[in-house]
Amino acid sequence: MEPRLLQLSREQMRGDLPDFRPGDTVEVHVRIVEGDKERVQVFKGVVIRRRGAAVGATFTVRKVSYGVGVERIFPLHSPNLDKVVVLTRGRVRRSRLYYLRQRSGKAARIREKRSLRT
Amino acid sequence: MPGGIIGKKLGMTRIFDEDGAAIPVTVIEAGPCFVVQQKTEAKDGYEALQMGFSRRPLARCNKPEKGHLEKHGSKSGFEVLREIRVEDAGAFQQAQEISVEQFAIGDRLDVTGTSKGRGFTGTIKRWKFSRGPMTHGSMSHRGPGSIGASAYPSRVVKGKKMPGRMGNARVTIKNLEVIDVRPEENLLLVKGAVPGPNLGVVFIRKAG
Repeated sequence: MEPRLLQLSREQMRGDLPDFRPGDTVEVHVRIVEGDKERVQVFKGVVIRRRGAAVGATFTVRKVSYGVGVERIFPLHSPNLDKVVVLTRGRVRRSRLYYLRQRSGKAARIREKRSLRT
Repeated sequence: MPGGIIGKKLGMTRIFDEDGAAIPVTVIEAGPCFVVQQKTEAKDGYEALQMGFSRRPLARCNKPEKGHLEKHGSKSGFEVLREIRVEDAGAFQQAQEISVEQFAIGDRLDVTGTSKGRGFTGTIKRWKFSRGPMTHGSMSHRGPGSIGASAYPSRVVKGKKMPGRMGNARVTIKNLEVIDVRPEENLLLVKGAVPGPNLGVVFIRKAG
């Protein structure tokens, strides 16, 4: 990548988010502006995908809400993300967890990672 | 300032605005350009400036180029020379620097470049024709289909869209919004895409 382009995208990136991976359960706190009021909405679910590099990176969070699967894609460096809280680290063997879409209930569980990552 | 500049497309990225919306931007290294020649109504029949972009030593220019540059008192050569129409070329000085500072955030620009060459392409890519079915016994997959009637007119109408060379042509994208200007790095950020490959030369003018 052109170094000046990379520099430009680095300026946009935020370094305050925790490290998380597919399989982790996270709480995404999103700032939402309604009229002139701002509030924070929490979206809690499993990270099923991370993609992209630099400012263009996004991640997808899946949750099951009232029996309906909901997936939301967040730009990783969006200023609208208030914070991301990692609740559990999951032990998974692939980077794209699309197989969760075919599963429900107990089968859709992800084993928790034992060892602490540093 | 002449309302135009020569630049080099560096590539695309995204910028988040204050609402958190992601704006796609093309980053252009615009200038600095230097006035090489002032064309005047009296001498050339029209008012224009010839600007040079991306310096190179005179020794690296070919003889006709070198002769032209020396005739107009230019101390160095350039990779690219481009002309732009101005109201009064006499108002500019020889070797005057032309920078991105002439543009401001919110300005509208027209950007001209040479589009990426696609080689010999079929009608689907070149003219957005529809494809035939790929299976179920179909044998018309990506062909152009009928190119006209038979006995009358017994010929193919002029201008019929057919396969052929695509791209590698001069393309202008109009009315691109300036998102950011960084004079210290000679960078210009415009909203949206710009013709040509990364590191391709583009010519930028004020829209209107």
